[in-house]
Amino acid sequence: MNGTVSRLALQSLFGQKRWWVLIALPLLLIGLAVLVRVLSGGETGGAFEPVLVVFGLGLVLPLVSLLVTTGVLGPEIDDGSIVYLLSKPISRYVVALSKLLVAVAVTVLLGAGSMVVAGLILEPSAPGQALAVGVGAAVAGTAYCGAFVMLSAISRHAMVVGLIYVLVFEGLLASWLAGLRYVSVSAFGRRIAGALDDALEPIAGNLPLAYAWIASLVVLVAGCYVAGRRLSHFQLRGEE
Amino acid sequence: MSVLELANTSRWYGNVVAVNDVSMRIGPGVTGLLGPNGAGKTTLIAMMAGFLAPSAGSVTLDGDTVWANVSIYRSIGLVPEREASFGYLSGRQFVRANAELHKLSAPGEATERALGIVEMAEPAGRLISTYSKGMRQRIKLAAALVHDPSVLLLDEPFNGVDPRQRMHLMELLTRMGAEGRTVLFSSHILEEVEQIARHIEVVVSGRHAASGDFGAIRRLMTDRPNVYLVRSSDDRRLATVLMAADSVSGVQLEPRGGVQVQVTDFGEFAVALPRLAKDHRISLREVTPTDESLESVFAYLVSA
Repeated sequence: MNGTVSRLALQSLFGQKRWWVLIALPLLLIGLAVLVRVLSGGETGGAFEPVLVVFGLGLVLPLVSLLVTTGVLGPEIDDGSIVYLLSKPISRYVVALSKLLVAVAVTVLLGAGSMVVAGLILEPSAPGQALAVGVGAAVAGTAYCGAFVMLSAISRHAMVVGLIYVLVFEGLLASWLAGLRYVSVSAFGRRIAGALDDALEPIAGNLPLAYAWIASLVVLVAGCYVAGRRLSHFQLRGEE
Repeated sequence: MSVLELANTSRWYGNVVAVNDVSMRIGPGVTGLLGPNGAGKTTLIAMMAGFLAPSAGSVTLDGDTVWANVSIYRSIGLVPEREASFGYLSGRQFVRANAELHKLSAPGEATERALGIVEMAEPAGRLISTYSKGMRQRIKLAAALVHDPSVLLLDEPFNGVDPRQRMHLMELLTRMGAEGRTVLFSSHILEEVEQIARHIEVVVSGRHAASGDFGAIRRLMTDRPNVYLVRSSDDRRLATVLMAADSVSGVQLEPRGGVQVQVTDFGEFAVALPRLAKDHRISLREVTPTDESLESVFAYLVSA
C-alpha cells in the first residue's frame, strides 16, 4: 500500500468531471426509495426487492464500481500520465493495489452505503434486512472492482465491455440461463445477502454460500494481479 | 556520474522497425538527441527510461538493466513529452506527490528546492490547469528533479514553449550538465540542440546516423558538397573560370551579386580559388560558406 498513490487516485476520481455521476447514481437510488415510501403511504412491503435488489444491486452498484474502477486506472494509462507514478522506485503491484483499494473503498461507501440507506427508508422496522443487503452489496461491489479491472486489461473499451457484462450478461441472459449464476457477481451478492437475513431468502438463489464468498475473493485477487501485471508491463508509446 | 549505455538496441512493432541496431554511450554533460519527427527519438527515450523493452540488444544504466527494474528511478528523472493530466493539483502538490513517491526523508524541503531551481516557487500554489505551456514544462522538470537524480531524460522539452521560457529552460539544462549530471534531451529543432548540447546523437529513420560533438559530425561530412558564396570584382568572369576547376561542380550568379559555388572537394577548392583569382586578376571581396548550420548537416544525413 502506498498512501500517496491512493490519495492521488482519490483526488483524480473527484477532481474530474465524472464525479457527479458517481454521486448521482446513489442519490437516485435513495431518491427512488423515498418516492416509493411517500407514494405508497408506508406500505412498502413489495417494493424492497425491485428497488434494492433489481435496481440497486443489479444496476447502481455495478455502474458505480465500473465508473470508479475505470476512473482510477483508465485515463492515466490512456493519456500516458501514469508514467509519473511508475517512474518511481515503487513496485508496480503496490501502485495497482493502492489504486484498486481506493476503487473498492469508494464503491463500498457509495454503492453499498446508499443501498443500506435506501433499505432503511423502505423498511425502517427491519434494519437487519437493509444491513444484510449492504453486506452482500459490499462483497459484490468489491468483486465487481476486481472483474472490471480484468476487463480493462483485456479491452481498451473497458466501459463498453463492462456495461455489456452488467446489462446483457447479468441482467438479461442470467435470468434465463441459470448456470450463469456461477459467473455472475450480482448472484454472489444476492446469495450472501440472502444468507444473512431470513426475509431475503427468496432472492438468494441456489448458489452454494461458500462458493459465493470464495468466488468473490478469487475475482478480487485475480483483479489485483492482472492490474499489477498490466502496470509492470506498461509501455510508453510516443506520438510518432 | 552515471552512464547510460545502449548496445545493439532495436525495437520493432510487428513489421515496423522503430529503432534499428543503435549503440550509444551517454555520459555526464548535455547530450542532444536529434532527428526528424518519427525518427524513433521517443522510442529511444522510452527504452532508456525503462518504459519499453528492447526487442533486441540491451539498455543499461551503470551496468544495470533498465527494463522492469524500478530501482533505477532513484537515479533517473524523466520529463515525458505528454502533458501531466494532473490539472486538479497545484504545482506544489504535484511536485510534492512526486517527492513522496520517491520516499524522500524531507519531501517538503525537496519540493521547495526543486520549485526554486525551475523558478516556479511563486506560481506553485495555482492549479496546473491554469499554467501556460512553459510553466507546465517547468513544473514537470521540477517533478523530475525533486529526488536530485544523476540522469535526466527529457522528451522534446522545448516543444510549444515561448522563446523567453525556452531560454530559461536551456540555461537550466546547461547548468544541470555542468553539475555533472547526465542530461539527454530530444529535439527535432536544430538550433535548440546546437545551442546547448556539447554532444549530439543523430537518429534518422530509427538508425543511429551520427555521433559526436557538432564539429566532429561536421568533419565527417567533408566529402559532401559544400556551397560557398563568393563576391568579387568580376563575378561573371570568376564563374567562368571556376567552372573549369576540377573541385567545382557548379556555379550560379546570384541576382544580388556574387557567385554561388558548389564544391566537391573542399581542400582542393581552398587552394584553387585564390590562385585562379590571381591568375585572372579578379579580386576576391568575400568568401562565405553558406551551409555551416546544423540544418545542412541534418538535411544531408536525412537524404543519405
